[in-house]
Amino acid sequence: MSAILNDETKKVLTAPLVNDNPITLQVLGICSALAVTSQMSTSLIMALALTLVTAFSSAAISAIRNHIPSSIRIIVQMTIIASLVIVVDQLLKAFAYDVSKQLSVFVGLIITNCIVMGRAEGYAMKNPPLESFMDGIGNGLGYSLILIIVAFFRETLGSGKLLGIEVFKLTKDGGWYDPNGLMLLPPSAFFIIGLIIWGVRQWKPAQAEKVEFKIMSISHGEGGHH
Amino acid sequence: MTEKKINCKHMTALCEKLNEYESYRKFIVYKDKVLALGNDSLEKTIAIAVALCLVCAVLVSFAAVALKPLQIDNKAADMKQNILDVAGLLEEGANINTTFAQKIEAKIVDLETGAYVENINADEYDQRKAAKDPAQSIAIPKDKDIAHIRVKAKYAKVFLVKDGGQLKSIILPMHGYGLWSTLYGFLSLDADGQTVQSINFYDQQETPGLGGEVVNPNWRALWKGKKVYAESEQHSADKGSIAEASIGEPALSLIKGAVDNTRPGSQYQVDGLAGATLTSTGVTNLVRYWMGNEGFAPYLKKVRTVQGS
Repeated sequence: MSAILNDETKKVLTAPLVNDNPITLQVLGICSALAVTSQMSTSLIMALALTLVTAFSSAAISAIRNHIPSSIRIIVQMTIIASLVIVVDQLLKAFAYDVSKQLSVFVGLIITNCIVMGRAEGYAMKNPPLESFMDGIGNGLGYSLILIIVAFFRETLGSGKLLGIEVFKLTKDGGWYDPNGLMLLPPSAFFIIGLIIWGVRQWKPAQAEKVEFKIMSISHGEGGHH
Repeated sequence: MTEKKINCKHMTALCEKLNEYESYRKFIVYKDKVLALGNDSLEKTIAIAVALCLVCAVLVSFAAVALKPLQIDNKAADMKQNILDVAGLLEEGANINTTFAQKIEAKIVDLETGAYVENINADEYDQRKAAKDPAQSIAIPKDKDIAHIRVKAKYAKVFLVKDGGQLKSIILPMHGYGLWSTLYGFLSLDADGQTVQSINFYDQQETPGLGGEVVNPNWRALWKGKKVYAESEQHSADKGSIAEASIGEPALSLIKGAVDNTRPGSQYQVDGLAGATLTSTGVTNLVRYWMGNEGFAPYLKKVRTVQGS
Protein backbone atom coordinates (compact mmCIF):
# COMPACT_ATOMS: atom_id res chain seq x y z
CA MET A 1 0.00 0.00 0.00
CA SER A 2 2.68 2.44 1.00
CA ALA A 3 4.48 1.73 -2.25
CA ILE A 4 1.55 3.19 -4.21
CA LEU A 5 1.08 6.18 -1.97
CA ASN A 6 3.91 8.62 -2.32
CA ASP A 7 4.39 11.47 0.11
CA GLU A 8 2.18 13.90 -1.80
CA THR A 9 -0.79 11.50 -1.98
CA LYS A 10 -0.37 10.61 1.67
CA LYS A 11 -0.36 14.28 2.55
CA VAL A 12 -3.48 15.15 0.54
CA LEU A 13 -5.26 12.14 1.97
CA THR A 14 -4.58 12.74 5.65
CA ALA A 15 -4.14 16.50 6.00
CA PRO A 16 -7.88 17.30 5.52
CA LEU A 17 -8.83 15.05 8.45
CA VAL A 18 -7.66 17.41 11.19
CA ASN A 19 -4.94 19.82 10.13
CA ASP A 20 -6.76 21.17 7.08
CA ASN A 21 -10.31 20.03 7.71
CA PRO A 22 -12.77 21.59 5.23
CA ILE A 23 -15.40 22.16 7.91
CA THR A 24 -13.46 23.10 11.03
CA LEU A 25 -10.62 25.05 9.45
CA GLN A 26 -12.01 26.30 6.15
CA VAL A 27 -15.63 26.40 7.42
CA LEU A 28 -17.01 25.14 4.10
CA GLY A 29 -19.95 22.85 3.45
CA ILE A 30 -21.76 23.89 6.61
CA CYS A 31 -25.29 23.96 5.16
CA SER A 32 -25.54 20.26 4.42
CA ALA A 33 -23.75 19.48 7.68
CA LEU A 34 -26.64 21.19 9.48
CA ALA A 35 -29.36 19.59 7.44
CA VAL A 36 -28.59 15.90 7.27
CA THR A 37 -26.99 15.19 10.64
CA SER A 38 -30.09 14.48 12.74
CA GLN A 39 -29.57 10.80 11.95
CA MET A 40 -26.42 8.75 11.56
CA SER A 41 -27.71 6.80 8.54
CA THR A 42 -28.42 9.89 6.43
CA SER A 43 -25.10 11.41 7.48
CA LEU A 44 -23.18 8.33 6.37
CA ILE A 45 -24.86 8.25 2.96
CA MET A 46 -24.39 11.99 2.50
CA ALA A 47 -20.72 11.66 3.49
CA LEU A 48 -20.22 8.83 1.03
CA ALA A 49 -22.01 10.70 -1.76
CA LEU A 50 -19.98 13.86 -1.19
CA THR A 51 -16.70 11.98 -0.99
CA LEU A 52 -17.37 10.17 -4.27
CA VAL A 53 -18.49 13.33 -6.05
CA THR A 54 -15.49 15.34 -4.82
CA ALA A 55 -13.02 12.59 -5.76
CA PHE A 56 -14.37 11.85 -9.23
CA SER A 57 -15.05 15.46 -10.16
CA SER A 58 -11.56 16.48 -9.06
CA ALA A 59 -10.06 13.63 -11.09
CA ALA A 60 -12.12 14.49 -14.17
CA ILE A 61 -11.38 18.20 -13.96
CA SER A 62 -7.70 17.52 -13.37
CA ALA A 63 -7.56 15.21 -16.41
CA ILE A 64 -8.67 17.99 -18.75
CA ARG A 65 -7.16 20.88 -16.77
CA ASN A 66 -4.66 21.79 -19.49
CA HIS A 67 -7.43 22.26 -22.03
CA ILE A 68 -10.02 24.16 -19.99
CA PRO A 69 -10.47 27.66 -21.47
CA SER A 70 -10.08 30.07 -18.58
CA SER A 71 -13.10 32.14 -19.64
CA ILE A 72 -15.50 29.23 -19.07
CA ARG A 73 -13.46 27.55 -16.34
CA ILE A 74 -16.10 27.67 -13.58
CA ILE A 75 -18.89 26.58 -15.93
CA VAL A 76 -16.85 23.57 -17.06
CA GLN A 77 -16.24 22.59 -13.43
CA MET A 78 -19.90 23.05 -12.53
CA THR A 79 -21.05 20.96 -15.51
CA ILE A 80 -18.82 18.07 -14.50
CA ILE A 81 -19.83 18.31 -10.83
CA ALA A 82 -23.54 18.64 -11.65
CA SER A 83 -23.48 15.61 -13.96
CA LEU A 84 -21.82 13.49 -11.29
CA VAL A 85 -24.28 14.64 -8.65
CA ILE A 86 -27.25 13.75 -10.87
CA VAL A 87 -25.75 10.30 -11.45
CA VAL A 88 -25.28 9.83 -7.69
CA ASP A 89 -28.86 11.00 -7.07
CA GLN A 90 -30.18 8.54 -9.65
CA LEU A 91 -28.14 5.73 -8.10
CA LEU A 92 -29.53 6.52 -4.65
CA LYS A 93 -33.09 6.59 -5.97
CA ALA A 94 -32.50 3.19 -7.54
CA PHE A 95 -30.59 1.44 -4.75
CA ALA A 96 -31.30 3.33 -1.51
CA TYR A 97 -34.76 4.79 -1.99
CA ASP A 98 -35.57 5.42 1.67
CA VAL A 99 -32.34 7.27 2.27
CA SER A 100 -32.76 9.30 -0.91
CA LYS A 101 -36.22 10.34 0.30
CA GLN A 102 -34.79 11.53 3.61
CA LEU A 103 -31.90 13.35 1.97
CA SER A 104 -34.33 14.83 -0.59
CA VAL A 105 -32.88 18.05 -1.96
CA PHE A 106 -29.57 17.80 -0.15
CA VAL A 107 -28.10 15.33 -2.62
CA GLY A 108 -28.87 17.79 -5.41
CA LEU A 109 -27.34 20.53 -3.34
CA ILE A 110 -23.95 18.77 -3.35
CA ILE A 111 -23.59 20.66 -6.65
CA THR A 112 -23.32 23.89 -4.72
CA ASN A 113 -21.34 22.43 -1.83
CA CYS A 114 -18.37 24.70 -1.38
CA ILE A 115 -16.02 21.79 -0.66
CA VAL A 116 -16.46 20.26 -4.12
CA MET A 117 -15.99 23.55 -5.94
CA GLY A 118 -13.19 24.55 -3.60
CA ARG A 119 -11.16 21.41 -4.31
CA ALA A 120 -11.80 21.64 -8.05
CA GLU A 121 -10.68 25.25 -8.27
CA GLY A 122 -8.02 25.13 -5.55
CA TYR A 123 -6.35 21.79 -6.19
CA ALA A 124 -7.53 19.86 -9.26
CA MET A 125 -6.84 22.73 -11.68
CA LYS A 126 -3.14 22.61 -10.79
CA ASN A 127 -2.41 18.95 -10.02
CA PRO A 128 -2.43 15.60 -11.84
CA PRO A 129 -5.55 13.36 -11.77
CA LEU A 130 -4.41 10.74 -9.24
CA GLU A 131 -3.37 13.31 -6.64
CA SER A 132 -6.58 15.24 -7.29
CA PHE A 133 -8.61 12.09 -6.79
CA MET A 134 -6.86 11.42 -3.49
CA ASP A 135 -7.30 15.04 -2.48
CA GLY A 136 -11.03 14.65 -3.14
CA ILE A 137 -11.16 11.47 -1.06
CA GLY A 138 -9.19 13.15 1.74
CA ASN A 139 -11.44 16.20 1.87
CA GLY A 140 -14.52 14.00 1.63
CA LEU A 141 -13.23 12.02 4.61
CA GLY A 142 -12.57 15.21 6.56
CA TYR A 143 -16.16 16.28 5.91
CA SER A 144 -17.39 12.78 6.77
CA LEU A 145 -15.53 12.78 10.07
CA ILE A 146 -17.25 15.96 11.25
CA LEU A 147 -20.65 14.77 10.00
CA ILE A 148 -20.29 11.50 11.88
CA ILE A 149 -19.30 13.26 15.11
CA VAL A 150 -22.22 15.70 14.82
CA ALA A 151 -24.69 12.96 13.91
CA PHE A 152 -23.47 10.83 16.81
CA PHE A 153 -24.41 13.51 19.34
CA ARG A 154 -27.58 14.61 17.59
CA GLU A 155 -29.07 11.16 17.17
CA THR A 156 -28.15 9.80 20.60
CA LEU A 157 -29.19 12.92 22.54
CA GLY A 158 -32.10 13.82 20.26
CA SER A 159 -33.81 10.49 19.84
CA GLY A 160 -31.94 8.12 22.13
CA LYS A 161 -30.86 5.99 19.21
CA LEU A 162 -27.83 5.31 17.07
CA LEU A 163 -28.35 4.11 13.51
CA GLY A 164 -31.94 3.46 14.54
CA ILE A 165 -30.91 1.15 17.40
CA GLU A 166 -31.98 2.20 20.88
CA VAL A 167 -29.16 3.31 23.18
CA PHE A 168 -31.08 5.29 25.81
CA LYS A 169 -34.55 4.08 26.75
CA LEU A 170 -36.93 7.01 26.32
CA THR A 171 -39.35 8.10 29.04
CA LYS A 172 -42.29 7.73 26.65
CA ASP A 173 -41.40 4.05 26.28
CA GLY A 174 -41.03 3.66 30.04
CA GLY A 175 -37.29 4.39 30.20
CA TRP A 176 -35.30 7.12 31.90
CA TYR A 177 -34.13 9.40 29.07
CA ASP A 178 -36.09 12.48 28.11
CA PRO A 179 -34.86 13.35 24.60
CA ASN A 180 -33.52 16.81 23.87
CA GLY A 181 -35.75 18.12 21.08
CA LEU A 182 -33.27 20.85 20.17
CA MET A 183 -30.85 18.17 18.99
CA LEU A 184 -33.28 17.24 16.22
CA LEU A 185 -33.37 20.79 14.87
CA PRO A 186 -30.63 22.17 12.60
CA PRO A 187 -29.35 24.85 15.04
CA SER A 188 -27.97 22.13 17.33
CA ALA A 189 -25.49 21.22 14.58
CA PHE A 190 -24.23 24.80 14.76
CA PHE A 191 -23.54 24.42 18.48
CA ILE A 192 -21.80 21.07 18.05
CA ILE A 193 -19.69 22.23 15.10
CA GLY A 194 -18.81 25.36 17.08
CA LEU A 195 -17.68 23.24 20.02
CA ILE A 196 -15.65 20.98 17.71
CA ILE A 197 -13.93 24.00 16.13
CA TRP A 198 -13.18 25.38 19.59
CA GLY A 199 -11.77 22.02 20.69
CA VAL A 200 -9.60 21.60 17.59
CA ARG A 201 -8.20 25.11 17.87
CA GLN A 202 -7.38 24.62 21.53
CA TRP A 203 -5.56 21.44 20.59
CA LYS A 204 -3.80 23.00 17.59
CA PRO A 205 -3.45 26.72 18.34
CA ALA A 206 -1.89 27.30 14.90
CA GLN A 207 -5.39 27.00 13.41
CA ALA A 208 -6.79 29.90 15.40
CA GLU A 209 -7.20 33.01 13.30
CA LYS A 210 -5.31 36.14 14.23
CA VAL A 211 -7.41 38.75 15.95
CA GLU A 212 -8.27 41.41 13.38
CA PHE A 213 -9.03 44.20 15.79
CA LYS A 214 -7.85 44.82 19.27
CA ILE A 215 -9.94 46.65 21.80
CA MET A 216 -7.56 49.14 23.34
CA SER A 217 -7.99 50.69 26.69
CA ILE A 218 -8.15 54.50 26.58
CA SER A 219 -4.68 55.57 27.37
CA HIS A 220 -4.32 58.31 29.95
CA GLY A 221 -2.36 61.45 29.47
CA GLU A 222 -3.23 62.10 25.81
CA GLY A 223 -5.37 65.15 25.27
CA GLY A 224 -7.19 64.53 28.48
CA HIS A 225 -6.78 68.03 29.85
CA HIS A 226 -9.46 70.46 28.90
CA MET B 1 -4.81 15.21 -45.21
CA THR B 2 -7.99 13.46 -44.11
CA GLU B 3 -7.15 10.39 -46.17
CA LYS B 4 -4.18 9.68 -43.95
CA LYS B 5 -4.61 6.79 -41.54
CA ILE B 6 -4.63 7.52 -37.84
CA ASN B 7 -1.87 5.84 -35.87
CA CYS B 8 -3.37 3.35 -33.49
CA LYS B 9 -1.87 3.35 -30.01
CA HIS B 10 -4.72 2.12 -27.81
CA MET B 11 -7.55 -0.34 -28.47
CA THR B 12 -5.91 -1.25 -31.78
CA ALA B 13 -8.67 -3.49 -33.14
CA LEU B 14 -11.38 -0.90 -32.56
CA CYS B 15 -9.16 1.86 -33.89
CA GLU B 16 -8.39 -0.06 -37.09
CA LYS B 17 -12.08 -0.66 -37.62
CA LEU B 18 -12.91 3.03 -37.07
CA ASN B 19 -10.10 4.00 -39.44
CA GLU B 20 -12.25 2.70 -42.28
CA TYR B 21 -14.66 5.60 -41.81
CA GLU B 22 -13.68 8.93 -43.25
CA SER B 23 -15.74 10.92 -40.73
CA TYR B 24 -13.79 9.33 -37.90
CA ARG B 25 -10.49 10.30 -39.47
CA LYS B 26 -11.78 13.84 -39.97
CA PHE B 27 -12.88 13.95 -36.35
CA ILE B 28 -9.47 12.87 -35.08
CA VAL B 29 -7.69 15.39 -37.24
CA TYR B 30 -10.03 18.14 -36.06
CA LYS B 31 -9.62 17.06 -32.43
CA ASP B 32 -5.84 17.29 -32.67
CA LYS B 33 -6.11 20.66 -34.33
CA VAL B 34 -8.41 22.08 -31.65
CA LEU B 35 -6.39 20.71 -28.76
CA ALA B 36 -3.30 22.35 -30.20
CA LEU B 37 -5.01 25.75 -30.20
CA GLY B 38 -4.46 28.25 -27.41
CA ASN B 39 -6.83 27.69 -24.49
CA ASP B 40 -8.39 31.10 -24.84
CA SER B 41 -9.13 31.01 -28.55
CA LEU B 42 -12.82 31.31 -29.40
CA GLU B 43 -12.89 28.13 -31.45
CA LYS B 44 -11.38 26.03 -28.69
CA THR B 45 -13.68 27.53 -26.07
CA ILE B 46 -16.75 26.62 -28.12
CA ALA B 47 -15.40 23.19 -29.08
CA ILE B 48 -14.59 22.29 -25.47
CA ALA B 49 -18.00 23.51 -24.29
CA VAL B 50 -19.82 21.44 -26.92
CA ALA B 51 -17.72 18.33 -26.30
CA LEU B 52 -18.15 18.59 -22.53
CA CYS B 53 -21.92 19.01 -22.85
CA LEU B 54 -22.12 15.97 -25.13
CA VAL B 55 -20.14 13.75 -22.78
CA CYS B 56 -22.06 14.89 -19.70
CA ALA B 57 -25.43 14.59 -21.44
CA VAL B 58 -24.67 11.01 -22.48
CA LEU B 59 -23.53 10.14 -18.96
CA VAL B 60 -26.59 11.64 -17.29
CA SER B 61 -29.13 10.24 -19.72
CA PHE B 62 -27.55 6.81 -19.59
CA ALA B 63 -27.83 6.77 -15.79
CA ALA B 64 -31.41 8.08 -15.88
CA VAL B 65 -32.63 5.59 -18.49
CA ALA B 66 -30.76 2.56 -17.21
CA LEU B 67 -31.93 3.04 -13.61
CA LYS B 68 -35.53 4.00 -14.42
CA PRO B 69 -37.08 0.50 -13.98
CA LEU B 70 -35.52 0.13 -10.52
CA GLN B 71 -36.71 3.59 -9.49
CA ILE B 72 -40.27 2.88 -10.64
CA ASP B 73 -40.30 -0.34 -8.61
CA ASN B 74 -39.04 1.55 -5.55
CA LYS B 75 -41.75 4.18 -5.91
CA ALA B 76 -44.49 1.56 -6.25
CA ALA B 77 -43.20 -0.37 -3.24
CA ASP B 78 -43.03 2.86 -1.25
CA MET B 79 -46.66 3.69 -2.09
CA LYS B 80 -47.74 0.18 -1.07
CA GLN B 81 -45.85 0.61 2.18
CA ASN B 82 -47.71 3.86 2.88
CA ILE B 83 -51.05 2.23 2.23
CA LEU B 84 -50.21 -0.74 4.47
CA ASP B 85 -49.05 1.71 7.11
CA VAL B 86 -52.31 3.66 7.17
CA ALA B 87 -54.23 0.36 7.15
CA GLY B 88 -52.26 -0.75 10.20
CA LEU B 89 -51.01 -3.81 8.35
CA LEU B 90 -47.34 -2.96 8.23
CA GLU B 91 -45.33 -5.73 9.86
CA GLU B 92 -41.61 -5.76 10.40
CA GLY B 93 -39.93 -8.21 8.04
CA ALA B 94 -43.06 -9.12 6.07
CA ASN B 95 -42.88 -8.80 2.30
CA ILE B 96 -44.74 -5.66 1.28
CA ASN B 97 -45.81 -6.94 -2.11
CA THR B 98 -47.30 -10.19 -0.78
CA THR B 99 -49.13 -8.54 2.12
CA PHE B 100 -50.48 -5.91 -0.21
CA ALA B 101 -51.68 -8.46 -2.76
CA GLN B 102 -53.33 -10.58 -0.05
CA LYS B 103 -55.10 -7.94 1.99
CA ILE B 104 -55.69 -4.87 -0.13
CA GLU B 105 -57.89 -4.28 -3.11
CA ALA B 106 -57.67 -1.13 -5.22
CA LYS B 107 -60.91 0.28 -6.62
CA ILE B 108 -61.71 3.21 -8.86
CA VAL B 109 -64.52 5.48 -7.69
CA ASP B 110 -66.42 8.07 -9.71
CA LEU B 111 -66.33 11.03 -7.32
CA GLU B 112 -69.57 12.54 -8.63
CA THR B 113 -71.82 9.50 -8.35
CA GLY B 114 -69.85 7.60 -5.72
CA ALA B 115 -70.12 4.43 -7.78
CA TYR B 116 -67.29 2.05 -8.62
CA VAL B 117 -65.93 2.31 -12.14
CA GLU B 118 -65.15 -1.16 -13.38
CA ASN B 119 -63.74 -0.48 -16.85
CA ILE B 120 -60.49 1.09 -15.61
CA ASN B 121 -57.59 -1.05 -14.44
CA ALA B 122 -57.22 0.04 -10.83
CA ASP B 123 -53.62 -1.16 -10.57
CA GLU B 124 -52.47 1.06 -13.39
CA TYR B 125 -54.60 4.14 -12.71
CA ASP B 126 -52.63 7.10 -11.36
CA GLN B 127 -54.88 9.67 -9.73
CA ARG B 128 -52.16 12.32 -9.46
CA LYS B 129 -51.40 12.03 -13.15
CA ALA B 130 -55.10 12.05 -14.04
CA ALA B 131 -55.61 15.28 -12.09
CA LYS B 132 -53.12 16.97 -14.42
CA ASP B 133 -54.80 15.70 -17.59
CA PRO B 134 -57.64 18.04 -18.70
CA ALA B 135 -59.55 15.11 -20.23
CA GLN B 136 -59.60 13.21 -16.93
CA SER B 137 -60.04 16.06 -14.49
CA ILE B 138 -62.56 18.67 -13.40
CA ALA B 139 -61.87 22.27 -12.44
CA ILE B 140 -63.15 23.01 -8.94
CA PRO B 141 -65.27 26.15 -8.57
CA LYS B 142 -63.41 28.75 -6.49
CA ASP B 143 -65.98 28.93 -3.68
CA LYS B 144 -65.83 25.16 -3.19
CA ASP B 145 -62.07 24.82 -3.44
CA ILE B 146 -61.31 24.92 0.28
CA ALA B 147 -58.30 22.62 -0.13
CA HIS B 148 -56.77 25.01 -2.74
CA ILE B 149 -56.06 22.35 -5.34
CA ARG B 150 -57.89 23.95 -8.34
CA VAL B 151 -58.49 20.66 -10.20
CA LYS B 152 -59.37 17.13 -9.18
CA ALA B 153 -59.38 13.86 -11.10
CA LYS B 154 -62.85 12.62 -12.08
CA TYR B 155 -62.02 9.21 -10.71
CA ALA B 156 -60.30 8.49 -7.43
CA LYS B 157 -58.38 5.40 -6.45
CA VAL B 158 -59.47 3.99 -3.10
CA PHE B 159 -58.19 0.92 -1.30
CA LEU B 160 -60.32 -1.60 0.54
CA VAL B 161 -59.05 -3.85 3.28
CA LYS B 162 -61.07 -7.04 3.55
CA ASP B 163 -60.78 -9.93 5.93
CA GLY B 164 -62.72 -13.06 4.99
CA GLY B 165 -65.01 -11.11 2.68
CA GLN B 166 -65.81 -8.62 5.46
CA LEU B 167 -64.90 -4.99 4.77
CA LYS B 168 -62.44 -3.89 7.46
CA SER B 169 -61.35 -0.47 6.34
CA ILE B 170 -61.62 2.04 3.54
CA ILE B 171 -58.49 3.96 2.59
CA LEU B 172 -59.11 7.26 0.85
CA PRO B 173 -56.52 9.47 -0.86
CA MET B 174 -56.52 13.17 0.00
CA HIS B 175 -54.43 16.17 -0.85
CA GLY B 176 -54.51 19.87 -0.21
CA TYR B 177 -52.38 22.92 0.39
CA GLY B 178 -50.66 23.53 3.71
CA LEU B 179 -48.15 26.34 4.23
CA TRP B 180 -45.35 25.61 1.74
CA SER B 181 -46.49 22.56 -0.11
CA THR B 182 -49.32 20.35 -1.20
CA LEU B 183 -49.74 17.57 1.33
CA TYR B 184 -50.60 14.16 -0.08
CA GLY B 185 -51.94 11.52 2.26
CA PHE B 186 -54.40 8.78 3.05
CA LEU B 187 -57.22 8.63 5.56
CA SER B 188 -58.27 5.19 6.68
CA LEU B 189 -61.87 4.77 7.90
CA ASP B 190 -63.76 1.90 9.51
CA ALA B 191 -66.31 0.08 7.39
CA ASP B 192 -68.96 2.49 8.78
CA GLY B 193 -67.37 5.25 6.68
CA GLN B 194 -67.38 7.46 9.76
CA THR B 195 -64.75 6.40 12.32
CA VAL B 196 -61.13 7.26 11.62
CA GLN B 197 -58.56 4.47 11.89
CA SER B 198 -55.46 6.33 10.88
CA ILE B 199 -54.02 9.14 8.79
CA ASN B 200 -50.76 9.22 6.89
CA PHE B 201 -49.12 11.97 4.86
CA TYR B 202 -46.58 10.52 2.47
CA ASP B 203 -45.59 13.57 0.49
CA GLN B 204 -45.22 17.01 2.05
CA GLN B 205 -42.61 19.74 2.41
CA GLU B 206 -43.89 21.57 5.48
CA THR B 207 -41.42 23.11 7.96
CA PRO B 208 -39.48 20.29 9.63
CA GLY B 209 -40.26 20.16 13.35
CA LEU B 210 -43.40 22.32 13.02
CA GLY B 211 -45.79 21.60 10.14
CA GLY B 212 -43.60 18.65 9.20
CA GLU B 213 -44.85 17.00 12.40
CA VAL B 214 -47.85 15.74 10.38
CA VAL B 215 -45.75 12.60 9.97
CA ASN B 216 -45.11 12.24 13.72
CA PRO B 217 -46.51 8.85 14.88
CA ASN B 218 -47.64 10.33 18.22
CA TRP B 219 -49.73 13.00 16.53
CA ARG B 220 -51.09 10.54 13.98
CA ALA B 221 -52.20 8.25 16.81
CA LEU B 222 -54.53 11.03 18.07
CA TRP B 223 -56.74 10.50 15.01
CA LYS B 224 -57.77 6.99 15.92
CA GLY B 225 -61.46 6.74 16.82
CA LYS B 226 -62.34 10.30 15.77
CA LYS B 227 -65.55 10.81 13.79
CA VAL B 228 -65.59 12.45 10.39
CA TYR B 229 -69.25 13.45 10.02
CA ALA B 230 -71.51 15.22 12.50
CA GLU B 231 -74.05 12.78 13.91
CA SER B 232 -77.44 13.99 15.03
CA GLU B 233 -78.33 13.36 18.67
CA GLN B 234 -81.14 10.79 18.54
CA HIS B 235 -79.17 8.50 16.27
CA SER B 236 -75.92 8.54 18.15
CA ALA B 237 -77.83 7.23 21.19
CA ASP B 238 -79.00 4.29 19.12
CA LYS B 239 -76.08 1.91 19.12
CA GLY B 240 -77.43 -0.26 16.30
CA SER B 241 -76.59 0.14 12.64
CA ILE B 242 -75.91 3.69 11.64
CA ALA B 243 -78.83 5.04 9.69
CA GLU B 244 -78.02 7.16 6.70
CA ALA B 245 -79.95 10.11 8.04
CA SER B 246 -77.68 10.40 11.07
CA ILE B 247 -74.71 11.41 8.97
CA GLY B 248 -74.33 15.12 8.42
CA GLU B 249 -71.58 17.35 7.06
CA PRO B 250 -67.89 16.70 7.71
CA ALA B 251 -67.15 18.09 11.16
CA LEU B 252 -63.64 16.83 11.85
CA SER B 253 -61.12 19.59 12.46
CA LEU B 254 -57.82 20.45 14.09
CA ILE B 255 -58.14 22.83 17.00
CA LYS B 256 -55.63 25.07 18.74
CA GLY B 257 -54.02 23.32 21.66
CA ALA B 258 -54.97 19.96 23.08
CA VAL B 259 -58.42 18.38 22.86
CA ASP B 260 -60.33 17.98 26.12
CA ASN B 261 -61.82 14.53 25.64
CA THR B 262 -64.54 15.05 28.26
CA ARG B 263 -66.25 17.87 26.37
CA PRO B 264 -69.05 17.21 23.89
CA GLY B 265 -67.87 17.40 20.30
CA SER B 266 -64.35 16.23 21.16
CA GLN B 267 -64.91 13.21 18.91
CA TYR B 268 -64.65 15.61 15.96
CA GLN B 269 -61.49 17.32 17.19
CA VAL B 270 -57.80 16.57 16.88
CA ASP B 271 -54.94 18.50 18.53
CA GLY B 272 -53.54 21.17 16.24
CA LEU B 273 -49.82 21.15 15.46
CA ALA B 274 -47.95 23.46 17.81
CA GLY B 275 -46.41 26.39 15.95
CA ALA B 276 -48.01 25.39 12.65
CA THR B 277 -51.37 27.13 12.41
CA LEU B 278 -51.39 27.29 8.63
CA THR B 279 -50.49 23.63 8.18
CA SER B 280 -53.18 22.71 10.73
CA THR B 281 -55.78 24.78 8.87
CA GLY B 282 -54.63 23.17 5.62
CA VAL B 283 -55.10 19.69 7.08
CA THR B 284 -58.60 20.56 8.37
CA ASN B 285 -59.53 21.98 4.97
CA LEU B 286 -58.24 19.07 2.96
CA VAL B 287 -59.97 16.53 5.21
CA ARG B 288 -63.23 18.48 5.00
CA TYR B 289 -62.93 18.88 1.25
CA TRP B 290 -62.25 15.23 0.50
CA MET B 291 -64.86 13.98 2.97
CA GLY B 292 -67.43 16.49 1.68
CA ASN B 293 -69.78 16.32 -1.28
CA GLU B 294 -67.01 17.33 -3.68
CA GLY B 295 -64.97 14.39 -2.44
CA PHE B 296 -65.93 11.02 -1.04
CA ALA B 297 -69.27 11.81 0.68
CA PRO B 298 -71.38 10.29 -2.15
CA TYR B 299 -69.17 7.22 -2.19
CA LEU B 300 -69.24 6.72 1.58
CA LYS B 301 -73.03 7.11 1.55
CA LYS B 302 -73.21 4.23 -0.94
CA VAL B 303 -70.83 2.13 1.15
CA ARG B 304 -72.98 2.65 4.26
CA THR B 305 -76.18 1.68 2.41
CA VAL B 306 -74.57 -1.53 1.24
CA GLN B 307 -73.23 -2.30 4.71
CA GLY B 308 -76.57 -1.52 6.37
CA SER B 309 -78.64 -3.71 4.08
